[in-house]
Amino acid sequence: MRILIRVAMLFISFVSSSQNCNNYVSGKVTDLHDGSLLSGATLVFNEINKTVQTDIEGYYIIPDLCKDEVYSIKIFHPACETMRFRLKVSGNMTRDFKLEHHIETLNEIIVNGKAYEENSSSVFENEVTTQTLEQFSTASLGDAIKSLSGVSSINKGNGIVKPIINGLHSSRIIMINNGVRMQDQEWGKEHAPNIDVNAVGRLTVVKSASALQYGGDAMGGIVIAEGLKVPVKDTIYGKTILSGALNGRGGVLTSQLTKSHKNGWYGTAQGTLKRFGDVEAADYVMSNTGLIEKDLSLKLGLNRFNHGLEAYYAYYNTEIGILRSSHVGSVSDQIRAINSNIPLVVSDFTYDIDYPSQDVKHHLARIKAFKKFNGFGKLSFQYDYQNNRRLEFDIRRGDDRNTPALDLRLDTHTVLMDYKIDYEDFDFKAGIMGRFQNNFANPYTGVRRLIPDYDKYDFGVYSIGVYKINDKWQLDAGVRFDYVYMNVFKFYRNSFWEERGYGAIFPEIVVEQTVSQVLTNPKLDFNNFSGTLGFKYKINKNSTLFFNHAMASRAPNPSELFSEGLHHAIARIELGDLSFKSEVGHKTSFTYELSNKNFNLTVNPFINNIQDFILMEPTRISQTLRGNFQVWEYRQSNAQLMGVDVDAAYKVCNNFNITHQLSIVKGYDRTRDLPLINMPPVSTKNEISYKNEGFKNLKISLQSEYVFAQNEFPNNNFEVYLPVSETTEELDLSTPPPAYHLLNLNMSMDFKTSKKSTLILGLGIANLLNTSYRNYLNLLRFYSDDLGRNFLLNLKFNY
Amino acid sequence: MKKQILLLPILTLLFMFTNCTDDSDSVNEEEVITTMTVTLTPVTGGTNVVLQTRDLDGEGGEDSVVTVSGPLTSGESYSGSIVLLNETEDPAENITEEIQGEKEEHQFFFVAGGNLDITTSYDDEDMNGNPVGLSFTLTAGSASDGNFTVILKHEPTKPNTGINDAGGITDIEETFVITVQ
Repeated sequence: MRILIRVAMLFISFVSSSQNCNNYVSGKVTDLHDGSLLSGATLVFNEINKTVQTDIEGYYIIPDLCKDEVYSIKIFHPACETMRFRLKVSGNMTRDFKLEHHIETLNEIIVNGKAYEENSSSVFENEVTTQTLEQFSTASLGDAIKSLSGVSSINKGNGIVKPIINGLHSSRIIMINNGVRMQDQEWGKEHAPNIDVNAVGRLTVVKSASALQYGGDAMGGIVIAEGLKVPVKDTIYGKTILSGALNGRGGVLTSQLTKSHKNGWYGTAQGTLKRFGDVEAADYVMSNTGLIEKDLSLKLGLNRFNHGLEAYYAYYNTEIGILRSSHVGSVSDQIRAINSNIPLVVSDFTYDIDYPSQDVKHHLARIKAFKKFNGFGKLSFQYDYQNNRRLEFDIRRGDDRNTPALDLRLDTHTVLMDYKIDYEDFDFKAGIMGRFQNNFANPYTGVRRLIPDYDKYDFGVYSIGVYKINDKWQLDAGVRFDYVYMNVFKFYRNSFWEERGYGAIFPEIVVEQTVSQVLTNPKLDFNNFSGTLGFKYKINKNSTLFFNHAMASRAPNPSELFSEGLHHAIARIELGDLSFKSEVGHKTSFTYELSNKNFNLTVNPFINNIQDFILMEPTRISQTLRGNFQVWEYRQSNAQLMGVDVDAAYKVCNNFNITHQLSIVKGYDRTRDLPLINMPPVSTKNEISYKNEGFKNLKISLQSEYVFAQNEFPNNNFEVYLPVSETTEELDLSTPPPAYHLLNLNMSMDFKTSKKSTLILGLGIANLLNTSYRNYLNLLRFYSDDLGRNFLLNLKFNY
Repeated sequence: MKKQILLLPILTLLFMFTNCTDDSDSVNEEEVITTMTVTLTPVTGGTNVVLQTRDLDGEGGEDSVVTVSGPLTSGESYSGSIVLLNETEDPAENITEEIQGEKEEHQFFFVAGGNLDITTSYDDEDMNGNPVGLSFTLTAGSASDGNFTVILKHEPTKPNTGINDAGGITDIEETFVITVQ
């Protein structure tokens, strides 16, 4: 189409080249933010009183302009700020215009094209909408992400929910909160992401390491949480959500208010209060599972056409009770707990949070600024500081009763500088990153420290290019290099130090040796390369194929390197290894996307081969005063994960929709030819929903969630001698729980309360049939059932 | 403007990379029980029988060392006492005192296994009149041998009818091989 017009214009210009006012100007109008073409933009040439519109592909052409004449042009677009330009005509010429694309409707995320930048162009990105996020107001960020295909979670009860992307979690996932990479002791399976789900306006999952601007070590993928874009116009708006849940007898109050001005200044304030008591399984109270959460976030910024700055602060504070009966002192206790069908401690409902518990505070402060230079591109700078304080309380004796068993303080400073330039068919991005981190494990706990004190330095450089070959093909490629240096102070027990032969391997790191322990100063460095290569092919109007290969490299985390002692929560001894090298993963993924009026489908198969994958396995039995414990040691191996994620949505008629979701992942240790532990079982979600916009925007949906039993798992069971009964019993920590099926019902209605405000009333019933079930990936599955039926009432007020 | 933008991250980086710490304090492991010594004193006089388990590096690392000083005498009654130490500290911390201060929350259990013919009874009680077991009486029956297990429970259900309905969290569980002759 575009070529045709150009040929036609060329022809016209040939015919009439002798006249002075026979010049034409053509070009395209694009969105300044992501370069997407703006169709339907109106260009008004004031002097000659002429108006043209851009076509469906954003192109315009205006003939009969006089040479050496200066024209003033006004460009309107329904979703953009009106812009004025001056143009001197020097013959037939092309001139492209960029407009500031803003969001019109506050409840919608994207209007007419892309308001947000793509994170990776050759990977299909899954997104959780604001509406879905709001349904998870009483739950957590992990629960909200889990609504996507290919994403599951590893839980410790209902309060600690960590996302798993295509079978990988914790250090193998990067969490980005408003442009800041979260540094919240994410290596721990029991450490939930410190982000308030209610502060997130848009949540994207990239199931690959290909978004290299964020880091090169996302073996599993990247979760990107951000606030909604603020429109550049004079407005004030906000929302308040009050949710109550019967199970846990608690609720959430969250509120946010945004004020913006058309000169570009804006500000948002948001806060959340969450309080729950003990939750209940189908048949009993799960004692000590209460939760208190207090969050606050503030944003202040200036968004102009060619420069801007923003300051952001977020505070997250949570206190979570850990199921009382999950604290075991010995393997005999554990066997007793596992063999009991109900938790060994079941007390009356209470709001009080007793020990064991976690108390976590996270501060995040960030400033960023950008400036666009004509013909040079966009330069942005960001500095962020994060302070994470994690206290874990255990059931302790005597004076130590109220002293945490773990007290970690993690301070992180990061500077980022990014450069970006967009040409017509080529986008280029590059950046550098510097990070300093200090971890302080407070010794006053009186408990051997799980991870040591360290200083960590990261330095990264990356560059990514996206080349649009034609309307069908788009290529992207990127490379990144990261240097990681760790300066560690670690006390080893002499016995462990000698058993591992570290004295001979690392004699230079010994600082001093006492009767029982040795203080060491390991200085570790890692050079990590990562890269991505992919394409996007538009097969036809309705279908697209994405292909991406991403290489990720991850330095071992502190727990993999330095663990050395009893992990009380799961009654086992865990041992790290100082000589580990970086993991290197190669993930290849395809996505086929079909998008019709009544039928949408995405199919996303992937295969992920990881060299030197760090895993843990039981190696022997250790005899202690508390009886015998299993010793689990970290080991490096070659792993392979593969699977497929399927999403389908079918519009039966105007009111009825059916959606389907299927996630399959299989993981193997190829070195030993064993299945990997904790792989999410196959699961499928099917939903039928009814919507009637004419009647108070009524929405009703019934969702079925079926989780199969995991049939592939390593056998880590072991025989335990029980002195009390004088018998030997097998401790079964391996066999996954059986399959289960849950039904969830949701409905909502909108009520217009005034011209500018709406009340949305939502009612939900989770686990409608009050099914008793246990989830393979809940660390408390040995001790208790999962959540029973829950009634949720949700009042949302938009203003 | 361009130069200023570049200067800022460089300065920040410089500041960050000069910020170093080079000290680390050792942890005093306050809660660990490394050593349990059960002393059995014959009521009619004679040599004490000492049962000891010792794991100087706490859980993990090296295994505990279990010793029994000698056999019990058939028909003899022994007055038993238990001392718990944390020897990771210097001088060693006496954990027994801690248990004495929290008697209501602790209880020892004594289990004889196999053919071992012994009986035990508690000689002490907490404020509620429930047994603790820091001092006890052991009576050796006929000549036999087998396992004698000493268990310390933290926060057990009190009163109870024995280890099976005591619940709680195991702080110590050690088995000694004993002979009565």
